[in-house]
Amino acid sequence: MSAIPSHDQLFPHRHLLGIEGLRAGEITQILDLADSYVDQNRQPVKKSSLLAGRTQVNLFFENSTRTRTSFELAGKRLGADVINMSSDGSSVKKGETLIDTAMTLNAMHLDALVVRHAESGAVKLLADKVNCSVINAGDGHHEHPTQALLDALAIRRRLGRLDGLIVAICGDILHSRVARSNIHLLNAMGARVRCVAPPTLLPSQIERLGVEVHHSMKTGLKDADVVMMLRLQTERMSGQYVPSTREYFYFYGLDYEKLEVAKPDAVIMHPGPMNRGVEIDSEVADDLKRSMILDQVELGVAVRMAVLDLLTRDRRGTNA
Amino acid sequence: MTARVAYVNARLLDPATGLDQRGALLTEGARIADFGPSLFGDGVPEGIEVVDLGGAALAPGLVDMRVLIGEPGEEEKDTIKSASRAAVAGGITAMVLLPNTDPVLDEVAGLEFIARRAREVKLVKVFAYAAATQGARGDEITEMGLLARAGAVAFTDGTRAIASAKTMRRALSYARTFDKLIVQHPEEPSLASGGMMNSGEIATRLGLVGIPREAEIIMIERDLRLLELSGGRLHFAHVTTSESVELIRRAKARGLRVTCDTAPHYFALTETDVGDYRTFAKVSPPLRGEMDRRAIVEGLADGTIDAIASDHVPQDQDQKRLPFGQAAFGVIGLETLFPLTLELVHKGKLSLLDALACVTVKPARILDLPLGRIAKGAPADLVAFDPEVPWRVDVDRFRSKSKNSPFENRPVQGRPLRTVVDGRTVWQHEG
Repeated sequence: MSAIPSHDQLFPHRHLLGIEGLRAGEITQILDLADSYVDQNRQPVKKSSLLAGRTQVNLFFENSTRTRTSFELAGKRLGADVINMSSDGSSVKKGETLIDTAMTLNAMHLDALVVRHAESGAVKLLADKVNCSVINAGDGHHEHPTQALLDALAIRRRLGRLDGLIVAICGDILHSRVARSNIHLLNAMGARVRCVAPPTLLPSQIERLGVEVHHSMKTGLKDADVVMMLRLQTERMSGQYVPSTREYFYFYGLDYEKLEVAKPDAVIMHPGPMNRGVEIDSEVADDLKRSMILDQVELGVAVRMAVLDLLTRDRRGTNA
Repeated sequence: MTARVAYVNARLLDPATGLDQRGALLTEGARIADFGPSLFGDGVPEGIEVVDLGGAALAPGLVDMRVLIGEPGEEEKDTIKSASRAAVAGGITAMVLLPNTDPVLDEVAGLEFIARRAREVKLVKVFAYAAATQGARGDEITEMGLLARAGAVAFTDGTRAIASAKTMRRALSYARTFDKLIVQHPEEPSLASGGMMNSGEIATRLGLVGIPREAEIIMIERDLRLLELSGGRLHFAHVTTSESVELIRRAKARGLRVTCDTAPHYFALTETDVGDYRTFAKVSPPLRGEMDRRAIVEGLADGTIDAIASDHVPQDQDQKRLPFGQAAFGVIGLETLFPLTLELVHKGKLSLLDALACVTVKPARILDLPLGRIAKGAPADLVAFDPEVPWRVDVDRFRSKSKNSPFENRPVQGRPLRTVVDGRTVWQHEG
């Protein structure tokens, strides 16, 4: 385990909009700090006053109980005032644009804004218009950086490193912001990334992001250290991208048989929520020795605390 | 007495005849009366107004064959008046409007409305396409004969592709009766549906839904077959891929009556200009890669691509200041058409006369309009310009109501100085 990092080290970015563009050292800085927050979260008293008096708004244009709660806990454990705002589109229906929303929020003097939006690039559009730090909690098919960071932290804590590992990302990569963020992060950290999916679920020229492409789980999972499963959206199953859940599970659902070709101690990940019996067999998902799904949830809070801490440092001053 | 104006001390340029000589030009009323190197060698007689161009170039005014405006229906984007003012400031003396207004221009009354508004504004010459299918819905063809009599220069569903092969075959075949052209927006809609930018690595990185190049290529291949089957004349608007150019090159060699155009953004920009979700670079068809951009320049140089149109699609801020996926397609182009076309000359890709041909006589010929040339008796539609002067695109000074240009701040070279329509100076550069 890495040593607890110095708390006065500044992070060179104002926002966290994606993993693309982050350097390996910066990723390590976040992960190291997150490690120290894991310990804090396991104490009976979990709260600090690091962000006391600061305001964090979680602005979710798309439903997500899990990610929103994780960000909410992260902010509260650092002592920030956390407000959750969800948009059912009502203000949009009244004609308010995203930029109007940004202007409104700006007038409230926030310190951190956590945004999820169904459109790729929407979080960047907001970040360009507000004065506070913006954290991307998932934008369209683009990026979900804190998910990739928590995945990386989970792998690092379990396997001790990221460099040189073979990581197979399997399933609906076409629509997955989690996959894109993970590809950028794992590449930056020296892992070998494979994308395993039917061609209908792979975006154009994905190999140019520095990944190997496989259409078969047999070859894609061979000697893998980590098997990262992605959620298949139910609306993709109506013959549009794959003909049926039955066929999808047969060829791409993770079960022990397919897992046999991976390393004997290969770990299994899933960003949740899972479709049991579609992309993953229940038996595998619940295998505590292999599955890291609950570790991912736990570490998510620590990673988000680290990100909130780092992004607000320059305005808190290094003595905070 | 009919007004006579002598434009002296000019570099006369006519791409139709290859004329490039110093000399003078005389207009009489709405027509060109005379021109040549020795005209007014003994001085201009009294009673004729003299415009000394001080050595500037004088060429036929630009004919822009693809302009969308918001009138009727979306006047906040651009009206015939605002677009006309932008056009003349851009050296354009004739523009052809797409039928995708609200209501769609699919009836004689719509064309009459446009003609009336154009007469009232009386700046640029305004022509209009009529829709090829009713409501531009792609199902049933319009009353092409009556629409042609009412002034429709050709038939197109404008920003929408005629998707059904059966409808396209009928449109081509029926338009033959009147020897009218069908203009296609070549994009297979089911393949392009939901797409936001060119399919490929950049779209994948940005998490944006891609439109494959094949959406355009397939449609061009199909339509060329239908053209062979039905006869008629077919024009592809804004081609963007190397294969499209190659297919049209071969079809022309086989003797098919096919023409095409492109727009400045397809030879001046690439998909990398989308950058960090710049919605001003969201156009239909999408900006392609560098190899395609080069193929478009090549196609212009060898004449496979006949014309350059502005493809002016105004969008107000509400339609562009949105997440990329929600933003509307389109860029304005009336005031950048000329300088961006001249960029091809300054980069040594086209001669000045060849570049001018793409925006004057060639689009006029495609549409059977008696415009775009300097000839005795021809309409006195002219642009005087300095091909060398450097300047920077400043969208705030544009006359279009919308400001959605991806060329903001681009350094360009060459600008119009004076625009003359039917012998009247309708615009002059200030300072």
